[in-house]
Amino acid sequence: MSDDLRVIGKPLLKVDARAKVIGATRFADDLAFPRMAFARLLRSPHAHALVKSIDVSKALALEGVYAVVTGEEFPVPFGILPVSEDEHALCRDKVRFVGDPVAAVAARDEWIAEEAANAIAVTYEPLPSILSIEQAVAKPEPRIHDYADEGNLHRKLSMEFGDVERGFAEADHVREDFFFYEGNTHLPMEQHCAVAVPDPDGKVAIYSSTQTPHYLHKAAAKVLGMPPSHVRVIATPNGGGFGGKSDPFNHEIVVAKLALLTGRPVKITLNREEVFYCHRGRHPVLMWVRTGVKKDGAITGMHFRSFLDGGAYGSYGVASTYYTGALQTVTYKVKNYRFEGVRAFTNKPPCGPKRGHGTPQPRTLLEVHLDKLAEELALDPIDMRLAHLVEPNSVTANYLSVGSIGLRQCIERVRDESGWRERFRKLPRGRGLGFAASSYLSGAGLPIYWNSMPHSGVQLKLDRGGGVTCFCGSTEIGQGSDSVLAYVVAEVLGIDPFDIRVVTADTDLTPVDLGSYSSRVTLMTGNAALQAAGRARELLVEAVGAKLGVPKGRLGLAGRRVFDTEKPEVGLSFAEAVQCAESKFGTLGTVGSYTPPPSKAKYRGGGVGPSPAYSYSAMVAEVECDPETGWVTVPRIWIAHDCGRALNPLLVIGQVEGSVYMGLGEVLMEAQVFRNNLGVHRQPSLLEYKSPTTLETPDIKTYLIEDPDPNGPYGAKEAGQGPLLPVMPAVLNAVYDALGVRVDEVPLNPQRVLEALRRKADGKPGRVGPTAIPRVVYPDPIRVPTPWEGGDGRAVAGEPRKSQIPSQARARNPITKG
Amino acid sequence: MPDKLLMRFRVNGEPQEVAVRVEKTLLEVLREDLGLTGTKHGCELGECGMCAVAIGGRPILSCLALAVECQDQEITTVEGLAKDGRLDPLQETFAALGAAQCGYCTPAFLVTARALLDRDPHPSRKTIAKALSGALCRCTGYLKIFEAVEEAMLKATAPGAAHASPPPASTPGAPAPSTAPSPAPGGSPA
Repeated sequence: MSDDLRVIGKPLLKVDARAKVIGATRFADDLAFPRMAFARLLRSPHAHALVKSIDVSKALALEGVYAVVTGEEFPVPFGILPVSEDEHALCRDKVRFVGDPVAAVAARDEWIAEEAANAIAVTYEPLPSILSIEQAVAKPEPRIHDYADEGNLHRKLSMEFGDVERGFAEADHVREDFFFYEGNTHLPMEQHCAVAVPDPDGKVAIYSSTQTPHYLHKAAAKVLGMPPSHVRVIATPNGGGFGGKSDPFNHEIVVAKLALLTGRPVKITLNREEVFYCHRGRHPVLMWVRTGVKKDGAITGMHFRSFLDGGAYGSYGVASTYYTGALQTVTYKVKNYRFEGVRAFTNKPPCGPKRGHGTPQPRTLLEVHLDKLAEELALDPIDMRLAHLVEPNSVTANYLSVGSIGLRQCIERVRDESGWRERFRKLPRGRGLGFAASSYLSGAGLPIYWNSMPHSGVQLKLDRGGGVTCFCGSTEIGQGSDSVLAYVVAEVLGIDPFDIRVVTADTDLTPVDLGSYSSRVTLMTGNAALQAAGRARELLVEAVGAKLGVPKGRLGLAGRRVFDTEKPEVGLSFAEAVQCAESKFGTLGTVGSYTPPPSKAKYRGGGVGPSPAYSYSAMVAEVECDPETGWVTVPRIWIAHDCGRALNPLLVIGQVEGSVYMGLGEVLMEAQVFRNNLGVHRQPSLLEYKSPTTLETPDIKTYLIEDPDPNGPYGAKEAGQGPLLPVMPAVLNAVYDALGVRVDEVPLNPQRVLEALRRKADGKPGRVGPTAIPRVVYPDPIRVPTPWEGGDGRAVAGEPRKSQIPSQARARNPITKG
Repeated sequence: MPDKLLMRFRVNGEPQEVAVRVEKTLLEVLREDLGLTGTKHGCELGECGMCAVAIGGRPILSCLALAVECQDQEITTVEGLAKDGRLDPLQETFAALGAAQCGYCTPAFLVTARALLDRDPHPSRKTIAKALSGALCRCTGYLKIFEAVEEAMLKATAPGAAHASPPPASTPGAPAPSTAPSPAPGGSPA
């Protein structure tokens, strides 16, 4: 670790920390504008129904109502992925889940808007609803969408790397397992809010609690039929996102329309119940895996199947489905690998990306499965894993290029700190230890819509007074993205992070950054900032070197000075250096951008999984289980996370602790579940949807492992999502250590623990969980020879169909033309 | 009963006079009539704890209190925690220790923790956890919040105690960046 860094690696304040502790941060709902109107949406009470008629006359007649809109106003569909643009801002012919919006009102205040929305008369013709994966497989009719790979199966994927049957033939032992991971939701404390402000010249600005202003910009311009240059999106600091504010949403587009129609600013703030129905959270996933291993645990073949309950719309679902099969290969060597995935449409709120996007479910099964395999092979589960880790700078069976891997250090650290050797399988009944490891992306290697432009851009403006303004499209969702920009620029230019004004997430002012998703921000904006700041530094040293007669290579920037490193007393203040450079070059500004390296995965579907760098985590959980009540608590956690380089260790530890917390909620209590036959959420309130409070907080020991990755800024990799992944399987494995029973289901609740204990007492296998998966006819797999078979990342023959993404995206998206 | 009542109360030490619709909650009056948007909402059903303010030093959920119940009361919101331009020690430690990530729940935790420390200057970790259990935070996992409360408690017991966060290691000839810059507020980009 170089010690000449003054900002990077230090536990500094976040640049927005003070605003947050004095209550000055302006979240979307804190905004108010003169003449502002308030909007409400009317949402469907039916899970699946045709919309026969809508009568808005009573609503329009109410005093204080400014405008009412319905699906008539929104003929153009949208959706986050170009391959599934299946949403309308307001439903036109059909509603697909309870909560699907059909009309909207703008009025003088929220009370009137609510009353007016309720005065809208909608005639529905209910349709049979499809509410589970099994129903979607069994019932191709009625179709929820008129596009799908088959009936109500949105997507069916099949891919094979190497020859999995040959892998099983080479194995000494083969085991298969089933698992069900229930859906859960992000539950950000801030409800979604958007405020649209019309310009006198017919433009509109949308302030929104969105993680992805760029994608909202694209979707809103398209649906409103306006040039993107006439739509401005400003992402306000998000009061928590976790993936739940990554889609363009109905309400954001509707308020823009209402603002244009009424000529007034229009605000909508969703209530908590609506947030539960907006969802886009964790897909419920039913899974099966079969793995062949040698006696020492080496994986000769793995066959993985996932069934995702997608909800009513595409959202990120195609990507989510690929993600359930993508990262099985980046922790332990897998010689041959086959993945089949199915995503079903169901009449429930759409699922999408939640922290870990599509990877926590398969990782949970994989790590539980390996725990069972280790026991059958009479190996310590940690030793078995350590023997087969993916090598640094290697390429996996599915062509993911892995750079730095600090996984070995992570595993050894938590093993030693937790007293694993002395305590595993040796604790008294009711207490147990469990282990799991995992990996996550530091940013998706490919953009959501096909294009070859940078994923992140930064502009710097250098002021004569010595200030620097950093413009970037990235979105602050609490993870510290504004601070990362300031730290990197401050480090390069030798100034204080608080000398830098960070302006982010404004499509009129800031260069595009794709958004706060896929753990991409630190790596990608960090690299863009590094380039922009490096270019600014170059201008400064060029000018100062000429003025002082010092070779520019000898100049250093630190302490708000530019100076001769051989004679530090010779130099200029930073402000003087800027003035010097401005005199020489004119107005000073630099840009930087970042595009991930090209992926080796050239097969269809290879767009999901590649990343510039992979983070690694390992965890030991200690549980206490009451065999009388089935109650499980988690008093202690040891987690090590390889973040490459901690740009600010305080913030990285915060991300790790927050991830552990969220994972504990998923494994112990959280469930987004619906009433049978109705599609009505069982518990759309913060009281009934259980999430951990201060009272459930374990003692979490966090260890940062810094294995710098050449692709990361100063070696940094992600920290915001990866550390959630080992939590669920580590806890499940610990429960087995404590009680000798397996709960192959998340969440692990007391009823399930008791049922497993009862079965064991009856002489049956001590296990609860699924025992079958639906029968589905899969397409012929995309066959890709592995790197060790001499493959080049391409499929060999018989791709079932050509990718539609590039041509569609180009044709539909005006931004890509410019 | 009239639609509106004239309310008089003190908020953050200042007298306020507002004509409020009788069904309005204290939360709504603070945010909408007085522009004190530091107090947040997450459910408006008394479930999430985001809207905590102190009345007479006792934390309450402002979404469950009708404004008209607060006649002549002394109300403190997050905007009132700093005194004479100096942050409350809790505000310093929440900022310095990373207890505020997205910051949405931070006002509620600060107000509640201030009330706790005022009535019990030396709470145990268990007491802190119990006192704060009414508010949800989805970002931090609560540990940094506990640490920040404990740090503020120690600062209060050691008067004149040091700065909010350890000064970063400095390099000769290169003054370290300050961790407590002067006028910092307004750091949010929007």
